[in-house]
Amino acid sequence: MAISRRDLLKGAASGGLLLATGLPSAHATMSKTLPPEAVGLLYDATLCIGCKSCVVNCKVKNSEPGGALYREGMQHPPYESAGPEGNAGIWDAPQELSGKTLSIIKVYKNGTALSKDTAVNGYSFFKQQCLHCITPACASVCPAGAFRKDEQTGAVYYIASKCIGCRYCQLACPFGVPRYEWDSAWPEVRKCQLCNHRVKKGQISACAEFCPTGATIFGRVVDLRAEAKRRLALKPGDSYDFPIQKVGSRETSQRSVARYVNQVYGLTEAGGTQNIMLSGVSFELLGFRKEVPNKALPDLTWAYIAKIPWVLAGVLLGGTAVYKFTHRGEGKGGDEP
Amino acid sequence: MMDLTRYIGVKGNDLAQKLLDDRDTQYLGIKLITPFTLVLVALVGLAALVAVYRLVFGIGAASNLNDLWPWGLWISFDVLGGVAMAAGGFLIAGAVYILNWKKYHCVVRAAILNAFFGYLLAAMSICLDIGRSFVIWHPMVMWQVNSIMFIVAIHVVLYTSTLATESSPMLFEKMRWNRALNIVSRLMVGIVLFGVLLSLLHQSSLGAVYLIAPEKLSPLWYSKHIPYLFLLSAIMMGLSMVSFETILTGKVFNHEPPRDVLAGLARGVLFVGTAYLALKIAVLVQGPGLSAALDGSFLANLYLVEVLVGVIVPLVLLCFSSVRTNMHRIFAVNIMVVTGVLLNRLNVGIFGVQQFATRAGGDYFPSLMEWTLTIGMIAFAILGFKLCAKYLNLFPDTQHH
Repeated sequence: MAISRRDLLKGAASGGLLLATGLPSAHATMSKTLPPEAVGLLYDATLCIGCKSCVVNCKVKNSEPGGALYREGMQHPPYESAGPEGNAGIWDAPQELSGKTLSIIKVYKNGTALSKDTAVNGYSFFKQQCLHCITPACASVCPAGAFRKDEQTGAVYYIASKCIGCRYCQLACPFGVPRYEWDSAWPEVRKCQLCNHRVKKGQISACAEFCPTGATIFGRVVDLRAEAKRRLALKPGDSYDFPIQKVGSRETSQRSVARYVNQVYGLTEAGGTQNIMLSGVSFELLGFRKEVPNKALPDLTWAYIAKIPWVLAGVLLGGTAVYKFTHRGEGKGGDEP
Repeated sequence: MMDLTRYIGVKGNDLAQKLLDDRDTQYLGIKLITPFTLVLVALVGLAALVAVYRLVFGIGAASNLNDLWPWGLWISFDVLGGVAMAAGGFLIAGAVYILNWKKYHCVVRAAILNAFFGYLLAAMSICLDIGRSFVIWHPMVMWQVNSIMFIVAIHVVLYTSTLATESSPMLFEKMRWNRALNIVSRLMVGIVLFGVLLSLLHQSSLGAVYLIAPEKLSPLWYSKHIPYLFLLSAIMMGLSMVSFETILTGKVFNHEPPRDVLAGLARGVLFVGTAYLALKIAVLVQGPGLSAALDGSFLANLYLVEVLVGVIVPLVLLCFSSVRTNMHRIFAVNIMVVTGVLLNRLNVGIFGVQQFATRAGGDYFPSLMEWTLTIGMIAFAILGFKLCAKYLNLFPDTQHH
């Protein structure tokens, strides 16, 4: 076969360019710093009474246009009433996060389950929903860029029109949050988007809006972190004015302070999250797995991706050199493929 | 050959006559209608029905996948396994066109065609696995370079096209399209080199997909070196696959498999397999420790089966030259290697996330439709290979007896 070096280089270079374009500037898209005006939620399990008002309002407000559950032409929020016995479609009773449920309150129970916020012979409520990572793995793995992090609020939101449905986000999320509409022929990924549609209008997240005890409060992440640390510094049994709905709110509820586990969940998990949590029972017992690394997960992938341009250059140059060497002294002609 | 002028016109009939003229390959004695072929056609037909059902009613209706087990049989077997099986294509093409190792020339067409079917299988399966199949082209225009899945997608598209181009001379030859044949032949070395590059990146990036899940994938398989583990195991399996199919086609089509090629491939498997085993052990020792593989748990046993059947036993056997020179023994070793690496892909793709998923209340066993589609895909590849063997000059220089 006849081939000149120019042909070879031309073919190789055009292919290489196709792959390499865009790579160098890419890393900047995954920031590891919290946007200064980022907002989030503080969930304090010791204040939660398990009334699930947050779950109800979450479903209603997210079924409005712009909400994370909204679909054109929907008649009512996507209720899940199939769960418990005796509930013949009467009330919404989600058992897990799902394509129809963005946040959920669950209960931890041990032994006699008599005292609240106690690990042994006690119980505790806890809340599951998207924690809004500072460096979200879901956004980094999406091949079509269907997950974005809002530059101002920091909310991790979803653009259904881009999604191809590969579900890599489900594998990548260390908290197991994104859920899929398995019962749909044209499914979407569903997860809490921090009520970004409401926040943009100056409102607060639906769950915080309806929480009667201040267990879930909305606010700037820096303020929430300060509030969480303030609570950890309190002595159990002291009296404290817990703000309702928003951090720093004038409306408060005076309660005595429970015994906290000395940890603010979400400060370091997966590189830090905008939703943070306090609890009287260790987070591991509540099902928040200790295997979640304390660093931004997209770094793990980037270590590989950053090597690709070098492989590209190495293989093309090395391959050409090898070809020239192994075909030295060969004239034109030779065998066809 | 019957006259098709009535149906597709004079020109169409001309093309069809040229394409379906099998005088040159009659010596292979391939019969179209055999019980085996009919079974294959039936399996492909069933899979086609499943594909239509899946497209109409959605991924949830067709599969047993769920939120805790978002990826199952199609991704692990068809995509991860199919692509690994296809590694022989770039290896043999590189050996022949770049390294100028002429003795492998007689298997290069079959190896590339086999790779092409492997990739076709992977591409079709991923197209059906994603929930919104009709917008599968999105990553091509919505570049998201932080995503391994984006990189995988680009590679699947580029490399499947590359393999098609690498296989095209067979068709051009047959149709006597000399201009096209000439162009492809002149560009062949560049195309092959591009294919080698894409394969190195693609095989490893399929492993890199799992880099993001250190807390989900069992430490028996998770490692920051998982891209290299995938690459090495794919090379090992690719070489075994070429050897396997060389022996098999030799038997089926009644020609003598080239012994020096088989011995060379066996040496290659031994060489790469040793590197793979070394890395695998290093990863295990550095990660969860040797004891993690010996604790008798379900996952540990799967790991042991994978490493013993797929790597250690084949390597020990290949150390004996009596094995490397005996076709039947090589054949047995090939089957072990292929099984072992396929099990590895299933372990990473399905079983490895078991601890995470079951703790969260998840369960997964492939649905009947998932099995049907996967089996149909395999049938499709065998059928396609057979048709190509019948109508194209797939074995340009084999000794026939």
